[in-house]
Amino acid sequence: MRTLLYILQKEFIQIFRDKSMLPLIFIVPVMQLLVLSYTATFEIKDVDLIVLDNDRTGTSRDLVVSFSGSPFYNFNGYAENFESAQQLIKTGDADQLLVIEPDFEKNLINENSGEIQLITDAINGNAASMMVAYAQSIIGDFNKNLIINLNPTQQIGIPIQIDALFWYNPELNYITYMVPGILVLLVTVIGMFLGSMNLVKEKEIGTIEQINVTPIKKYQFIAGKLIPFWIIANIDLAIGLLLAFLVFNIPVMGSVSLLFAVASIYLIGILSIGLVISTLTNTMQQAMFISWFFLVIFILMSGLFTPIESMPDWAQIINHANPVSYFIKINRMIMLKGSGFQDILDELIILTAFAVSLFSFSILRYRKTV
Amino acid sequence: MKAFIKKEFLHIFRDYRSMVILFGMPLVMVLLFGFAITNDITNARIAVLDNSKDVVTRQIIQKLVSSGYFILENNITNQNEIENVFTRGKVKEVIVFESDFANKLITGGNANIQLILDASDPNTANIVTSYTSGIIASYSMELMKQRSIAPVNINIESRMYYNPELKSVYMFVPGIITVLLMLVSAMMTSISITREKEMGTMEALLVSPLKPFQIIIGKVMPYMVLSFINLVVILILARFVFMMPVAGSLTLLLAESLLFILMSLALGILISTISRTQQQAMLLSMFALMLPTILLSGFIFPIENMPAILQYLSHIMPSKWFIIIVKNIMLKGTGILYFWKETLIIIVMTMFFIVMSIKKFKIRLD
Amino acid sequence: MNEREKIIEVKELVKKFGNFTANNKLTFDVFKGEIFGFLGANGAGKTTAIKILCGLSAPTSGFAKVAGWDVGKYPNKVKSNIGYMSQKFSLYNDMTVKENFRFYGGIYGLPGKEISNKTSYYLEKLKMEHTQNVVLNEIPLGWKQKLAFSVANIHDPKVVFLDEPTGGVDPVTRRQFWEMIYETADKGTTVFVTTHYMDEAEYCERVSIMSEGIIEALDTPAKLKEHYGVDTMNDVFIKIAR
Repeated sequence: MRTLLYILQKEFIQIFRDKSMLPLIFIVPVMQLLVLSYTATFEIKDVDLIVLDNDRTGTSRDLVVSFSGSPFYNFNGYAENFESAQQLIKTGDADQLLVIEPDFEKNLINENSGEIQLITDAINGNAASMMVAYAQSIIGDFNKNLIINLNPTQQIGIPIQIDALFWYNPELNYITYMVPGILVLLVTVIGMFLGSMNLVKEKEIGTIEQINVTPIKKYQFIAGKLIPFWIIANIDLAIGLLLAFLVFNIPVMGSVSLLFAVASIYLIGILSIGLVISTLTNTMQQAMFISWFFLVIFILMSGLFTPIESMPDWAQIINHANPVSYFIKINRMIMLKGSGFQDILDELIILTAFAVSLFSFSILRYRKTV
Repeated sequence: MKAFIKKEFLHIFRDYRSMVILFGMPLVMVLLFGFAITNDITNARIAVLDNSKDVVTRQIIQKLVSSGYFILENNITNQNEIENVFTRGKVKEVIVFESDFANKLITGGNANIQLILDASDPNTANIVTSYTSGIIASYSMELMKQRSIAPVNINIESRMYYNPELKSVYMFVPGIITVLLMLVSAMMTSISITREKEMGTMEALLVSPLKPFQIIIGKVMPYMVLSFINLVVILILARFVFMMPVAGSLTLLLAESLLFILMSLALGILISTISRTQQQAMLLSMFALMLPTILLSGFIFPIENMPAILQYLSHIMPSKWFIIIVKNIMLKGTGILYFWKETLIIIVMTMFFIVMSIKKFKIRLD
Repeated sequence: MNEREKIIEVKELVKKFGNFTANNKLTFDVFKGEIFGFLGANGAGKTTAIKILCGLSAPTSGFAKVAGWDVGKYPNKVKSNIGYMSQKFSLYNDMTVKENFRFYGGIYGLPGKEISNKTSYYLEKLKMEHTQNVVLNEIPLGWKQKLAFSVANIHDPKVVFLDEPTGGVDPVTRRQFWEMIYETADKGTTVFVTTHYMDEAEYCERVSIMSEGIIEALDTPAKLKEHYGVDTMNDVFIKIAR
């Protein structure tokens, strides 16, 4: 135990003496949280809409008004003809084109059905499906009102009234969704990068050789490498949570101590991955490339940006081995929905298993012998 | 000269770890983005709080489940359970039927359904709501027909341009090409030149009869070739795995890519003249190049939705312009007339980087 | 001589890497308080042997005992009883002199009081008291090597292994370094040293010379010179290594 304290003392001296470390540990994460929260968004608003109105009646104009009144849409005016409208999509000046077919109003009244065409620039498939969903809900509402207006004698109106409530995020604010995920991203990056760099650095400058001839126990050395960054990452998480509350007004709905307990377990796993990487590599450059490679895969598949349920089966199966996805899920549950210990138990057990096995593996992988 | 270039190639190909990453990265990225990053909601889990349990509510639930979008996770019996269902995390939507649903529908003419969404993920909440309301609305229409009320209906014919199947690869391939060309050309070049400086082998080269520009060409040639191979690999993957053709001219695409590679190389050389150690070069490329390229180029995240400052910042990202060009050629099949401005911007940037590195290099020699 | 306590015993020690035999049946003893020179051309197998003796690498066959412990079975017992200083400078450059002493003293399990006593003892002896709070980066190489030697001795090991300790150091400092080695040996610590400087070989009590994994010669410098009929260790070395 005393040996461990000496190792920790040494690690902290080294970390805090390196002038490039402090900003890396405390300023970069803050910047990342602020910048990423604004940039990493799949939120779609201000859809540039162009309308080709071939009907030019009161009803068609009303429909256009319901679009231009929507906060999601930027009404960019009417197009002259189909070709010029298409051209606007081609040049990227319009995202969506609403074509109201001739006799729209007449057909609605006489035949109870009118035709419109919705053309969407679908290069970004995700954005396209969102845009179509917006348009459908606007047209659906318009349709409802139409029925009521066209059947003034019937007081019944629509048989089934639908009323949607959005819990936990009533304004459908995308930042609220992203911040808990980005916090996970931050501590993961810190843990994996710094964890892997640190041991490799000793290899590169040769001090590891001196350590290896001392009677230090393997677990002492590995723990000495792990604990400092474990503490630092937890502090980063605390700073991040504070910022989330102060800047983005996202308080932690659930228990903060539960959140830190989960984070602590999770970080042992992540730091161990970093240490395993550093036992496999010889230079900092290699360590950086390999950590980067794993981070990209872990993060892209973690459900940070898009729901895991939407991924194909094989990706969901791979995700069972992705610790990042568990913690993002848990963090969102605790921060946004106030989920408790019972709710996250399954994921927590898996994370614990990850932490224990990865930590043991990193001790096993680290050889004092050559 | 030939011997020198050969040496450079050998250097690079011998470092097998970096090779694996250089060629593994595009593969993994294309596959991941192509398959895994998608907003399609197929199996959203829902719960039902049916306070009525009659023929109509059962019919509606049946319709929802058979649509293929939803999986009925559980039936709950009272209002208080909704909270529990959400905090456990699986269920995205709870559908609440008011009591006496069928009765109210028949005698009173209408009845209420409440959708309660877990909106912590707003996009999913939005899409799930629109699916559910769509299905319920069409059921509603049928009811109206039975009652011979004019069920006025606006038919929407929705057409998706350039990507009818809404494949996410279409969006990401241009971005991945850009990031990789940047990674290989700028980052690798800058690190490799700085390494040579750091190890002192650059001096040995400078005292050799090779002219400085020959040394530079020798250094960048292999990366140019690597970038090109990567580009071709991605295009082949896109074509044969994801069935994403190049709609426009392939020659034009390759020419524009060559221009972008040239720009990235110039940028890499500039970085190497600024930095003294490999680590510096690495950090500079990482934070000044890779992150902005990924975040501010419109690669993954649409630029239009960012705050104004970030939008302005995105203008100085060469990658932003290149992504526009690639999307135009590959997806929209347009010609140079549609993106000559973007091309010009990249040309100007290339010149700027070359002039700057020559200047820096001269200062160093003085 | 024969009554002297054996501190290193090596018998038929073999180390193979695949088909390559780095150490072929090494057999030798080193006594308490002896300065033992371990010579050989680059690639002769010296480093491999030292690694085995320090418990860093297990022998393929044969047997080696250091400070009374079998290196293959109890590497950690061996490590507690030895000091090591390698050709690569291996103190922490980003820590101060004092911090380095404290760290290494700490991991060898010395009590805090003793660490500070030892630190001031060595610094005083090296006349480097004023540097105790200086970061190692700012200290010249020769001084650093002397510090590294002191740190390797901080836990009073029974044997201290020096792997080319004076590489790149000026002649004056080398001289001082060897004075430190003598002092250490006088206190009863065995010094096991490798070097490429043949004048240093002359300072050793006994010298072994390795070639292609085999110990070709082992004796005092005087007897070796006599046996090979030459005047300097340099000539002995050239005769054997060739």
